Amino acid sequence: MRFTRAQRYLHAVLFTTFLGLAATGLPMRFSESYWARKFASGVGGFGAIIFFHKLCAVVLTLAFMVHLKDVFTRGVVNREKGIFWGSNSMVANWKDVKDLFGHLRWFLGLGPKPHFGRFAYWEKFDYWAVFWGMIVIGFSGYAMWFAPFFARFLPGWALNAVLVIHSEEGLLAILFIFSIHFVNTHLRPDSFPMDMVIFTGVESEEGFKKKRPEEYSKLENEGKLAARISEEPATWLVNFTRVVGTIAILIGLVLLALTLSAYFRE
Amino acid sequence: MIRAVVNRATSSARPARRARAFTRAGILAALLLAAGSGTLRAQTDCLSCHADQGLQDAAGHSVSVNGQKFASSLHGSLKCTECHTTIKEYPHPDTVTPVKCETCHADQAAGLAGSVHSNKADHPCTSCHGDAHSIFPKDDPRSAVYPLNVPRTCGACHGNDAMAKKNGLPNVYPMYIDSIHGFALSKEGLLVAANCQSCHGSHNILSHKDPASPTYKANVPKTCGTCHAGITADYMGGVHGTAIAAGNMKAPVCSDCHTAHAILQPTESEFRMQSTPICGSCHKDKLSTYRDTFHSQLGSLGGYVETARCWDCHGAHDVLPASDPRSPVNPANLVKTCGRCHAGANASFVQYQPHANAHNRKLNPALYFIRLFMNLLLAGTLTFFVIHTILWLIRSRYDQIKSRSAKGGKNA
Repeated sequence: MRFTRAQRYLHAVLFTTFLGLAATGLPMRFSESYWARKFASGVGGFGAIIFFHKLCAVVLTLAFMVHLKDVFTRGVVNREKGIFWGSNSMVANWKDVKDLFGHLRWFLGLGPKPHFGRFAYWEKFDYWAVFWGMIVIGFSGYAMWFAPFFARFLPGWALNAVLVIHSEEGLLAILFIFSIHFVNTHLRPDSFPMDMVIFTGVESEEGFKKKRPEEYSKLENEGKLAARISEEPATWLVNFTRVVGTIAILIGLVLLALTLSAYFRE
Repeated sequence: MIRAVVNRATSSARPARRARAFTRAGILAALLLAAGSGTLRAQTDCLSCHADQGLQDAAGHSVSVNGQKFASSLHGSLKCTECHTTIKEYPHPDTVTPVKCETCHADQAAGLAGSVHSNKADHPCTSCHGDAHSIFPKDDPRSAVYPLNVPRTCGACHGNDAMAKKNGLPNVYPMYIDSIHGFALSKEGLLVAANCQSCHGSHNILSHKDPASPTYKANVPKTCGTCHAGITADYMGGVHGTAIAAGNMKAPVCSDCHTAHAILQPTESEFRMQSTPICGSCHKDKLSTYRDTFHSQLGSLGGYVETARCWDCHGAHDVLPASDPRSPVNPANLVKTCGRCHAGANASFVQYQPHANAHNRKLNPALYFIRLFMNLLLAGTLTFFVIHTILWLIRSRYDQIKSRSAKGGKNA
């Protein structure tokens, strides 16, 4: 068992709203391109696009708040150990730097594969990239949505800047998630076509041991391994989430292709 | 009884009709002889033959006249011989000269002679005024040049693709008839709606390249102003009107923004969608910076036409420089102008630059560096991870193949 039900739901809400935001944000970013106009008129014009964009934004903001509250409760209220520091934390540490260079050496055949812990450095990067992106894109988005309100305490040029920030950071998020995150987490040979652990919450003990040897041996030494063993996921859950995951990945790849084509034609 | 030979019936005429015509001709000849003369005096003299609907000349052209209709027409009080001057008697001479309208209508003929329609063979008077024996005053709905009939009359030629192509002209009739003028005329029957001749004139139509033409660029504001007097006055007070008056032919006149024939209602979404590129065809740098803004992005996607277009902020006809205190984009007026859409716009809000250029370090330094930072962040992150991921893919695949072949080796 790697992810709780709440964490999996959070990921589902995150990727659903992210796909929604990307699908409605890209036509605005590339409003001159043919497909953007076709898509916009197909879904009911700009009014529909901005409505769904704002709807997804609000849902995602709420999900982000829920996550922050969860972290706060676990780390500050319940004083759960290892939330903010240590081998199970999302916070980067010296080992991540060593792992990064070790991993790069291994790519080139210059050293052994590093022993990754509960969260590998690229997973932490994904997490913090989303965290930072959420704040930056969210803030700039709300600044445009409620521009006259934000203008009370922001200088006028900031209203110009928020669009640049929003669109560039959004573009980065889209390109990163639909290429790097997809390949690193789901499409690479060890996980192809997708890593089911984020959907079912569980992975095989063998896979766990291979992917995260440090966390595995730590649990083994502390005798906590048995506590982490859970039941196999129901067949319907595996099948259902496999279909959902495949659709999400395909939508992402289509959007990636459209983004790249529009970006390089600009 | 004497049987006169008349040069009319052709072999194609039906025998019964031919017989009847011969009989009438015989009667006329008898009457004339009885009067002791061959001279034609009154309409009735001519109509005794020419009222016959089947009457044709030697070349096969109809020479029949509807006497009743002619009598009610504008020329109904005239004697036939006043126009057909070379036909004074019966039998008619072998050759007759064509009717010369200019004998009476000298001014119109002079206008036509200097116009784009000067070729008489292609454009006889009847090509616009219709049948010479049923010409009505232009305020009579039966007239071919009655205001509501003018577009159809002109459209007989100017709504014809082949004719348009042959003369290098646009096929304007379909454009006009779907325009706001055409709609007012054809659907509402408004006599005051502009028809072809309201702008082009009637007999003395000149090419728009001719400085004397009402459709010559410098004359367009005045021409449109015959009806749209208030807007023309506004326009003449704005930068575009001032420039045209000063002889700067690069400035736009009415038809540059509204088009000449396919004029749309400016509040219509189609016009709002097509208009920005029209301003941008001259103001290129302004269009490109506008394109970078949210105003443009959402405006391009359709279904949302309210988003600010050029004239929503700058004014439409009385465009003035931002330095002019009367301009809606003068700093003093911005809160009001922006506030028309953005409720709650304040002095800080209107510091927003609707034409900011993030690529111009001098004009927009803050924006320039923010864009640069964001681009470097994007490029840097992606470059690192793309290399990282590709190396990882290669290595994983290599390991996978190696371990598979190792397993295969054991089994074998």
